[in-house]
Amino acid sequence: MSELTLTLMRLGLLVMLWLFVFAVVGVLRSDLFGTRVSRRTARRRATQRSAVPVGSPAVTGYATPAPPSPAAPSARPPASGRAQARAGASAGAARGIPTSVAVTDGRLAGTVIPLTPAGILVGRNPECSLVLDDDYASGRHLRLFLRDGAWWAEDLGSTNGTFLDSAKLTTAQQVGVGSVLRIGRTVLELHG
Amino acid sequence: MTTTVETIPTKSRRNTELLLLLFAVAIVLFAWVDTEMANRGAVPAGLVAIGGGLLTLVVLFNLVLRWKASYADPLLLPIATLLNGLGLVMIHRLDLAAGDYGFDGDAFRQLIWTGVSIVVAGAVLWFLRDHRTLRRYTYTAMAAGVLLLVLPLVPGLGSEQFGSRIWIRLGSYSFQPGEIAKIALAIFFAGYLVQARDVLSLAGRKVLGFTFPRGRDLGPIMVAWLISVAVLVFEKDLGSSLLFFGLFVAMLYVATERVSWIAIGLVLFAAGAYTAYLLFPHLQRRVMLWLDPFSAASLEQSDQLAKGIMGMAAGGLFGTGLGKGRPWLVSMAESDFILPSLAEELGLTGVFAILVLYGLFVQRGLRTALGVRDGFGKLLALGLAFSVALQVFVVIGGVTRVIPLTGLTTPFMSLGGSALLANWSITALLLRISDQARRPVPEGDGLHAIPRRRHTASVAADTQAVSRP
Repeated sequence: MSELTLTLMRLGLLVMLWLFVFAVVGVLRSDLFGTRVSRRTARRRATQRSAVPVGSPAVTGYATPAPPSPAAPSARPPASGRAQARAGASAGAARGIPTSVAVTDGRLAGTVIPLTPAGILVGRNPECSLVLDDDYASGRHLRLFLRDGAWWAEDLGSTNGTFLDSAKLTTAQQVGVGSVLRIGRTVLELHG
Repeated sequence: MTTTVETIPTKSRRNTELLLLLFAVAIVLFAWVDTEMANRGAVPAGLVAIGGGLLTLVVLFNLVLRWKASYADPLLLPIATLLNGLGLVMIHRLDLAAGDYGFDGDAFRQLIWTGVSIVVAGAVLWFLRDHRTLRRYTYTAMAAGVLLLVLPLVPGLGSEQFGSRIWIRLGSYSFQPGEIAKIALAIFFAGYLVQARDVLSLAGRKVLGFTFPRGRDLGPIMVAWLISVAVLVFEKDLGSSLLFFGLFVAMLYVATERVSWIAIGLVLFAAGAYTAYLLFPHLQRRVMLWLDPFSAASLEQSDQLAKGIMGMAAGGLFGTGLGKGRPWLVSMAESDFILPSLAEELGLTGVFAILVLYGLFVQRGLRTALGVRDGFGKLLALGLAFSVALQVFVVIGGVTRVIPLTGLTTPFMSLGGSALLANWSITALLLRISDQARRPVPEGDGLHAIPRRRHTASVAADTQAVSRP
């Protein structure tokens, strides 16, 4: 066996070992960056939305089985009209039906999540749809839910309470666009 | 402008795993061919048979995973396969140097053990459907662990080799029960600590920024310490003593988040080690060899460490090439000193690749611990991963003179069936836990549990829903 072949094999083995290491690290990368944060405009999302496989079994973290995307925007306006008519003088409803909740202050400031018909749970517990990183928040702190076409906020017996437009939330209250909810250091605002 | 934070969907990645497995087996076979070429100038005769056998085994394992744990971590198995294979090649290479070809060599025995271990690991995955079942056997595991630990002390059964009484001998087979005890104790610690952690973490006084536990809560750590001291004194094995105590302290720290436990553990360990150092002459020898392996007095005792270091130095950056070095000059070159043997022939480049692989293996274990949702699984995965890490540190630190040399096996690579069996079982348990850690959760109704993986501060966003009408 010639010396050259042996040298090539020897170095080839080392190269293969490192290629293996890099292959493993390459697979690892996808797992390290487990979330994707994206900023985009509504129009661009509409085009991207169709690219997302609806109901893909591998997709985690979805609050609800997603409604067929084109139906969602068209379904909203009639529902809100009905709710406004029925709720009448209620302060929350007069402001309109919110479609998303934005964190305007606190560690998660800048986060926006959509309000899905099934409602959302806010708190420190990882099972919540909005997981707060706030020392003053309870595990299951606040619930936002849809009833009779209007959105309601209910404090789930939290330790430090929830404030709706600077008044403490004691029972479930109706909320609308522009309502400000404060949980500890976190401020949530409902957007239309 | 809206921001959405989405979790990247978890893929099962079984095909990635299969590709990496093929790659790992290819590297091992290539290393074997390289060894034989350099040594005997011919391609090994059993290449197809043994290579095919190894390939069949790991592919079968991949199929078992597809069937029984489809979301298990895709990297653990290929890494374990490659490390085990490299160990086999090195053991075979030392056989060749000793003139043992074929079936009477150590490598053949190790090959059989590899097969048995992989089958056992597959069986663990097959029969253990949910790692939480193990929690029911918390105290059984404790009894089994302690029994296995003291088994070598039973007269007639235990045998003393190389100054340590950690083997048991049944007929012509010898077995190191401490390796299996490691797993049993990790199960026990996880089950016990997940129950007791509130008591152990809440009460206590604050001194200098540390919250120290109350006197009566010191019980468990003292018991663990006494047992590890007993192992040290009666079995004269510093390595396993260090491993068990380190494992307990690490798991205690993770369970309670109290740094004071580490401080207490280190103080207890230092006190125990120093006392043992004063009492036992064989420990004094170890320390002398560690501090000054090249002195005349040290060389008179043992030239093992010195020769290992010279071997590694001879390897240099790229090694002498498999089959071209002289690793057999070091005693125990195929077990405790397998890393210096590999370092001599693969060089620093090869050794770093191996160390990175160990690091990645441990990382996958810790990642599993982060991802899994139940406390028992978290602690168990952490304990198993940490035991591998600590073992690698102790043995490789020992041969490279970072710490005094203590006899522990290099996971997956050293000659020895019990260690191989234990490490493959650890791999199987980690795979089982990681399946639950990575498996996507069925969609909830939004108000109730949507248990999500791993994020303490993150937002689930539904990309499909519309945020602006």
